[in-house]
Amino acid sequence: MSKSAASIDVAPPYRALTMHDVSPRPTHDEAARFDFLSNFNKFLSGALGPGNAVTYEKNVLPEFTKQHGREPKDRFEIRHAMNEDPFHQLWSAAKRNSMEMRQQNGRAMVLRQIDTPDAKARELNESAPDTLQLNPDIEVPRYQSAVDIHCMPGSYHGEERPGDVSAGANYDCGIFATTAGGLGALSDGGGQALAEWWQKERPGVSPKRILDIGCTVGHNVVPLALAFPDAEIVAIDTAAPSLRYAHARAQSLGATNITFIQANAEDLSRWADGHFDWVQTTMFLHETSGTALPRIIQECGRVLGDGGLMLHLEQPQYSDEMSLFEQFLRDWDAFNNNEPFWSSMHALDLKQQMIDAGFTKDNLFVTGVRAVVDTDIFPQQAADAKEDHGRAAVWNAYGAWKGGKPA
Amino acid sequence: MNSDGNEDPLDWMALANKKAKGKRPEFFDEPEDDRMFSILMALVGEVSVMRQRMDTVERLLDEKGAVSREDIENYTPDRDAGKERGAMIREYIFRVMRGPMQALEAMKEQEAPIEDVSRKLRDM
Repeated sequence: MSKSAASIDVAPPYRALTMHDVSPRPTHDEAARFDFLSNFNKFLSGALGPGNAVTYEKNVLPEFTKQHGREPKDRFEIRHAMNEDPFHQLWSAAKRNSMEMRQQNGRAMVLRQIDTPDAKARELNESAPDTLQLNPDIEVPRYQSAVDIHCMPGSYHGEERPGDVSAGANYDCGIFATTAGGLGALSDGGGQALAEWWQKERPGVSPKRILDIGCTVGHNVVPLALAFPDAEIVAIDTAAPSLRYAHARAQSLGATNITFIQANAEDLSRWADGHFDWVQTTMFLHETSGTALPRIIQECGRVLGDGGLMLHLEQPQYSDEMSLFEQFLRDWDAFNNNEPFWSSMHALDLKQQMIDAGFTKDNLFVTGVRAVVDTDIFPQQAADAKEDHGRAAVWNAYGAWKGGKPA
Repeated sequence: MNSDGNEDPLDWMALANKKAKGKRPEFFDEPEDDRMFSILMALVGEVSVMRQRMDTVERLLDEKGAVSREDIENYTPDRDAGKERGAMIREYIFRVMRGPMQALEAMKEQEAPIEDVSRKLRDM
């Protein structure tokens, strides 16, 4: 390989992804479409994205100040002003189209061959009927049905024909493009990071019962199941189509100690107080609502035993220390990528939410987590990576040890 | 079900295009510009796909002296080829996105219109 190619920062090829039994199989051109999108997303965030700050400083802020006699007072005023700026308009349009193309490309690949993933999923799910518990009485919550989250037609719960796995398969295949391969070969770098984090925090101790809330296709829970094979793991979601896919995917990857249950996290009453010793959500709370979120955290706290760990992975919360411009950039997905609770969720004080749910201030912590990937092929996100606001494979973990961390 | 008792195949080409629920923001001042931009972006993506397919054919020819459709469909680049193809896509993206990148560069400078420069040169 030429030296120049080796040193250029590019996304890994889609073909480097690990296929499991229910993965939709790409044709040459389908893989090439995702290769284009992953590199285009890198371009939008890395090469063109910094132009947003430049046009703000040079054009938008001076014009706003001239008109109003003051600087913008919040991220919303910045957004309204930036939406009039030609450079930002073009960047936003390109970013939105990239997401729409990712959905179109993913759905085309999945639906073209839907018979195969459907049949594979059925076979795997029937081979282990006890660990997939669907409940048609569970309603899709309003916060999941109001809009199709991240412009994913049909969201997590859509079906193109009864009982299919198209929603899960489409979500699974396109994470690669959205994160430019930042989550690794099974798009599970977040889950792998969680397993590593626990092993560092509690060396030699295996968690006994783990609850993963809003599991979607199980990316973040399968690595835990494989790292802690003796643990009893429950993964819940309200969307049956995603769960059907998740369970088959987990079975195919050898993670047989997870029970996938269709349930709503606002009501965990089927589990007794203190049942679990690890309860988590990963990139889920921002897809709930103002009333659901405190209920979910309350329920998490209730089903957690003494010395148990509660962990919520999210992008960093907005605070007074974060500039309004950065808050505005991080808000982009809220208004342009169908994440309607994103903005208000990130303005919440999650620590206070946990205190309100009965946790003690001294037992709370916030820590940075970055995706664990096979760095030979997949990019390692820099510890301070923030170029793709809201999408980098780097998160904040908002956590608490109930009653204090065990000695 | 169709008359043979089999499930009708999905019209996946039409279904792939389904719109996500939720009003789409308009980014440009004219809605037609948003539609045109979507077509343009799709084309930019498809040209990249064609270039990559050509690259696959060339690599297979280099390696084996012949290609079949099956070889193309199953082609998996090794680590080095993956990087080279990534660099090829990046180079392509930079070329088609020249305009916006130059607009960004221009914003950082305060350039006088060429007319002014021309007038100054005339008088100096």
